Amino acid sequence: MSRPRPAVSVAPFDVERVRKDFPILARSVRGRPLIYLDNANSTQKPQAVIDAESGFYREHYANIHRGVYLLSQEATEAYDRARERVARFLNAGDPREIVFVRGTTEAMNLVASSWGRANLKPGDQVLISGMEHHSGIVPWQLACEASGAVLEVIPVTDDGELDLDAADRLIGDRTKIVSLIHISNALGTVNPVEEIVAMAKPRGIPVLLDGAQTISHRAVDVRALGCDFYCFSGHKLFGPTGIGVLWARESLLDAMPPYQGGGNMIHQVAFEKTTYAPLPFKFEAGTTNIAGTIGLAAAIDYVEGIGYDAIGTHERHLTARLADGLAAIPQVRVLGSPRERIGVFSVTIEGIHPHDAGTVLDLEGIAVRAGHHCTQPLMARFGVPATIRISLALYNNERECDALLQGVSKCVEVFRG
Amino acid sequence: MNELRDLYQEVILDHSKKPRNFRIPAAVTHEAHGRNPLCGDTFTVFVDVESGTIKDIGFQGHGCAISTASASMMTESLKGKSLEDGRSLFEWFHRLLTVPPEIGAPSGPLGKLAVFSGVREFPVRVKCATLAWHTLKAALDRDAKPVSTE
Repeated sequence: MSRPRPAVSVAPFDVERVRKDFPILARSVRGRPLIYLDNANSTQKPQAVIDAESGFYREHYANIHRGVYLLSQEATEAYDRARERVARFLNAGDPREIVFVRGTTEAMNLVASSWGRANLKPGDQVLISGMEHHSGIVPWQLACEASGAVLEVIPVTDDGELDLDAADRLIGDRTKIVSLIHISNALGTVNPVEEIVAMAKPRGIPVLLDGAQTISHRAVDVRALGCDFYCFSGHKLFGPTGIGVLWARESLLDAMPPYQGGGNMIHQVAFEKTTYAPLPFKFEAGTTNIAGTIGLAAAIDYVEGIGYDAIGTHERHLTARLADGLAAIPQVRVLGSPRERIGVFSVTIEGIHPHDAGTVLDLEGIAVRAGHHCTQPLMARFGVPATIRISLALYNNERECDALLQGVSKCVEVFRG
Repeated sequence: MNELRDLYQEVILDHSKKPRNFRIPAAVTHEAHGRNPLCGDTFTVFVDVESGTIKDIGFQGHGCAISTASASMMTESLKGKSLEDGRSLFEWFHRLLTVPPEIGAPSGPLGKLAVFSGVREFPVRVKCATLAWHTLKAALDRDAKPVSTE
C-alpha cells in the first residue's frame, strides 16, 4: 500500500493540520465557526493532552509516593517523568529545581511569601515593573507589608517598553530582588530581560521572571537567561488548568522555608520538631495535581514536536498581518509599539467601550478579552480603564485574523455617529 | 446582524451617544456611586426626592453603551414617579433581563425600557444594564433621610 512520497517539499508548518489537533476548533458559537483569539488568557487543548490526562485516569491513577502497590508506583513514575520533562523543557540543571504548583500565580506567591519571609527586611527594595500582571504585584505588596520592604516600579515608556535607564538607576544597594514579566500579557512586549539580569547579577540580586506568556511562543532556557526564578502555567501552554511550574536555582530553594505545610512535604513529624522533605517535595504539600502534570508533559511534547522555530515563523506572519490591519483602521489605537513583540494586541476603538466591542465580536463567533487583563496599573499608565485584547496562538490562521479585522470594522460601523 | 440589532437597538445607541439627564440636579437629597469592577464602568446617580416623589434625577460617569443607555433611560422613566413606582419599575426591569418571557406575559409599566430585552441573551451584560439601577437603589436605601413613601 505504501507509495513513495511525492517529491514536492512539505511545508514546514501546516496550520490547517495543526488545527485538526484541537477538537474545540471544530465547534461553532452563535451559529458561526469559533475564532478563538483569547490565547493570552488561556489556550485550547490538543487531543494529545486530553488523551494523556484521561488515559492516566483510566489506566494508571493512584496517589503518588504512598503506595507499595503497582498502580501507585506507575503513577509516581509518570509524575517523576513529567518533572524530568519540564526540567528538559526549561533546560534546568536538575529536576529537583522544578516545583509543581497550581499556576504562575501560585508560583509568584510561593516565592514572595517564602523567599520574602527569609530575605526581606525593613527598607529593602523589591523592584517590579509597570507592566506586571496583578500576580506580579499583589504577592510582593503582601511581602512588603509583612517585612517593611518597599515596592518600587520600573516605569513603562509610551512605546510600551521598560525604561531601562530608569531600571539602571533603580537597581541599587537596597534592591533585594527584581521580579519581572518576561512578555507582557497586555501589550505583547518582549522585555529585554537579559539586560535586566546583567544589571542585577553583578550585585548578586536574584531575578524572577514571569514566563506565563512566553512558553507558548518561545523556547525558554533558564540557564541561558541567567535568571534565578522562572514560572509559568500549564493552561497557557495548551495544557491543563490547575498545574504550573516554579523553577528556581537549587541553592535558593534549599535556603527557602516551606510555603505550605502538610503531607508529602515532610521528612519526619513530631510535636516537638518537624523536618522537611528534600527538594522539590518540601514545596509540594498535600496531594498535587498529578493528572495535570501528565497533561502538562504531553503539552510540552506537543509543542516541541511542532517546534518553536515553526511556531515563531507562523505567528510572526500573523502578527504582522494583524498589526497592519489594525493600523489601517483609523478609529483603532493599539497600546504600545514595542520593538520586539508577540501576537498580543491591546486596542481601543474610538467611541466604543471594550465590552460593547467584545459583544459585537462574540456575535461574529470571535472570542477576545475585554477588560483590564489583570494589569490595572498599566491601563492607568495608558489612560484607559480597559481594552480589547486580541491574542494569537499557533493554531490561528489568516482567515481568522481577517475576520477579526472585519469584526473591528463592524464595531466602528455599528457605533458610528 | 439580527442578534446585534436586537441587542443594540436604535433607541439604545441613541441614548448611549446622547445620554439624557447627564448632569447633577440643582438639588440633591440622595446620591450613590456605583462601579462594575469587571470593566471599570462607574456611575454616580443623583436624586432629588420630595414628599416621596422623584422630583429630579441625573447621573455622571462613564460606561459601555448598554450601561450608559440604561442609566439615561432610567432617569427619563423615573422623573416625576413616586419612590414606590420606581421600586416596582426596577423589579419589572430586572425580570425583563433575567427571566425568559412567558407567552402573553404582560410587560407591565416598562414602556420604552422593554428595548433592553435583548440583553437577556448575554448574561455577562446584565450587570451593565442594571448598574445604574443598583446605584439608584443604594442611593435611596443608604441616605434614608426623612423620606416617606407612605
